Amino acid sequence: MTAVIAFNNVSRAYEGGRVHALDGVSLTVAEREFLAVVGPSGSGKTTLLQLVNRLAEPSSGTVEVEGADVRAADPIALRRRIGYVFQGVGLFPHMTVAENIAVTPRLIGWDARRRAARVDELIGLVRLSREQAARYPHQLSGGERQRVGVARALAAEPRIVLMDEPFGALDPINRDAIGRDYRRLHDDLGLTTVMITHDMLEAVLLADRIAVMQAGRVIAEDTPRGLMTGAHGAYVEELMATPRRQAEQLSALMTRGAAS
Amino acid sequence: MNGSFAGPVADAFRLLPGYLGSHVLVSVTALALGLAVSLPLAIVSVQRPALRGVVLAAASLVQTIPGLALLALFYPLLLGVAALTAGWFGFKFSALGFLPSVLALALYSMLPVLRNTVTGLIGIDPAVKQAALGVGMTARQSLTMVELPLALPVIMAGIRTAAVWVIGTATLSTPIGQASLGNYIFTGLQTQNWVFVLFGCAAAAVLALAVDQLLALMESGVRSRARVRTWFGALGLVLIVAGGLAPTLARPHATYVVGAKTFTEQYILAALIEQRLAAAGLSATRREGLGSNVIFDALKAGDIDVYVDYSGTIWANQLHRDDVRPREEVLADVKTWLAGNGGVDMLGALGFENAYALAMTRARAQALGIRSIADLAARAPTLTIAGDYEFFARPEWAAIRRAYGLSFARERQMQPEFMYPAVAAGEVDVISAYTSDGRIAQHDLVVLADPKHAIPPYDAILLIAPARANDGALIGALSPLIGAIDVNLMRAANLRATGANASLAEVARWLWGEVEKKK
Repeated sequence: MTAVIAFNNVSRAYEGGRVHALDGVSLTVAEREFLAVVGPSGSGKTTLLQLVNRLAEPSSGTVEVEGADVRAADPIALRRRIGYVFQGVGLFPHMTVAENIAVTPRLIGWDARRRAARVDELIGLVRLSREQAARYPHQLSGGERQRVGVARALAAEPRIVLMDEPFGALDPINRDAIGRDYRRLHDDLGLTTVMITHDMLEAVLLADRIAVMQAGRVIAEDTPRGLMTGAHGAYVEELMATPRRQAEQLSALMTRGAAS
Repeated sequence: MNGSFAGPVADAFRLLPGYLGSHVLVSVTALALGLAVSLPLAIVSVQRPALRGVVLAAASLVQTIPGLALLALFYPLLLGVAALTAGWFGFKFSALGFLPSVLALALYSMLPVLRNTVTGLIGIDPAVKQAALGVGMTARQSLTMVELPLALPVIMAGIRTAAVWVIGTATLSTPIGQASLGNYIFTGLQTQNWVFVLFGCAAAAVLALAVDQLLALMESGVRSRARVRTWFGALGLVLIVAGGLAPTLARPHATYVVGAKTFTEQYILAALIEQRLAAAGLSATRREGLGSNVIFDALKAGDIDVYVDYSGTIWANQLHRDDVRPREEVLADVKTWLAGNGGVDMLGALGFENAYALAMTRARAQALGIRSIADLAARAPTLTIAGDYEFFARPEWAAIRRAYGLSFARERQMQPEFMYPAVAAGEVDVISAYTSDGRIAQHDLVVLADPKHAIPPYDAILLIAPARANDGALIGALSPLIGAIDVNLMRAANLRATGANASLAEVARWLWGEVEKKK
């Protein structure tokens, strides 16, 4: 497996080194892999994600994207070829849905016809309706806005997508639907995805692999199934308890229903 | 034209194209200059808190300077700069009128634009700015594609405030020689032509509101992407500018500029000089309402070609003399001094004096037994005197006080046109009057005698700019005025011009008619 993203012993310190957002993290993401990063608020997840497209810089250690040290890359060009879905969406309120989606293609100089075709295609891919293209973000529901956020991240045909708690603000039904829709896109388009979430169930259902963070360190990284084994210590066990119990309860409910 | 208002309103409308054009030109230029400086300055200082603090504090400080003072300060400043550039680079520009007005008004426009732009840009949701970076925008793209469009409503509110301030404050550019809608107000106040005062205020207000609403229309058009609305707003603004400028550009360039200070007599005499020049086939324009500190320098610099001053004023302000000499001696000394110091030519005296005098109502003077300033000195500690804005700072006042030991209970400053009603109503006891003022007879005032000759003589004298000192055509056209107007005639003319009964041009024509009759 080739590593598309590699963090090599990266740290990120604030206030003259007294506060560590990241503390010696090493982690790789393989091509076409869907990695979820799970952990409580303040564990350093967002900082880790921002190191990839240089919205943040490490205090020490190196970050490589597609084999090259990001410090050698122009940050503007780097960001244009990596899709990013922001926490709380971050759509531009003065632009229409179509303009929001087409923003990165516009920055890299696609002509209007190519942009329009791409917007049309993406609106289909993220299951929005055509008439929503001319609307403004405030005219959409939360779920629709998040679909636009995903479409915007995919617009310039990136191979890597970074997602910072993308579905956190949605109701459970929307959250599940958009999550599954995105996973399908990830597979169809051959993307490499890093998704941050504080919801272990979401991570377990969507990701190929999960990295668990606590206080700036990665304390466990494994497949969802591997994390269930109990081999990763008490904290991970505690994180996995809720989804496992929910699954067991659901399963029992289904079995009983089938028996009767 | 019937009724008492049709005449003055028609007069006012006749003057509108010229005044409005000048007003629009100076306001638009000042606003454009102010925006060109303050928008980039605001954008640059958003990221630099130290610079931001200094810039906003400086702009606030400028705002605390009264508009009239700010405008007046720019004239001597530019006069100094003009002298320097003339000396160093041989490049001379007019420090009167347009330039100082534009610079002062541009400074005045900066605070609302700076403050609103900074506030608008700082107030943008950090998540949106983060997203702009994250999708791959450069700092400049983030500014132009995201931050400025989002801050636009707040920035536009600042621009609209600035536009209204500049258009309103531009009325104060009249005293530094820039024609504006303020000419109505200043002339109207001097001649008690309230129709003119109201007309000037209303015209400035209508212009300010129209510009404000058109800017609002453009803003709403930009925000809701209604192209039609944006174009309507822009078209309206272009029409105002074009409509305002057309008469200014179409007007033939006049050869001579006649100056006038800020009182009725000066307006009449300037109109008279213009008419005499026109009669001799010379084109002339007037610059009225100039401050008396500005007008002499303007003549010396060639910004105006001719105006009427008073021998005592030159004696005290230019020769710095505080001794009192006989009329003829003062005239001779002034003429010699002017010729030797900068080359201003004193063509001659018009024949009347407009001296400072102390005046009281006849009834009050008789009741107190006052006939002269010497009698007044004994009563002064219980009395109130009113003077114009200059009077108490003038050397003449110091000379009178020294000579008679005057000390009043209270000294009040007010506009000359309010002094007369104030003394007539008994609100003040004594006023500083002018001997040629028609209102002395109108309000039945007595001029107190000056037995110690403390007040210097104030002969009206015709002054010619150095560059015109040998202009035969100009001198030939104006020479008939020398010695032709006595104080009674001038008083009568001044009284005629008070109120809205006759236009200044009509009074000037009447005055010339009277001069002709006497020949």
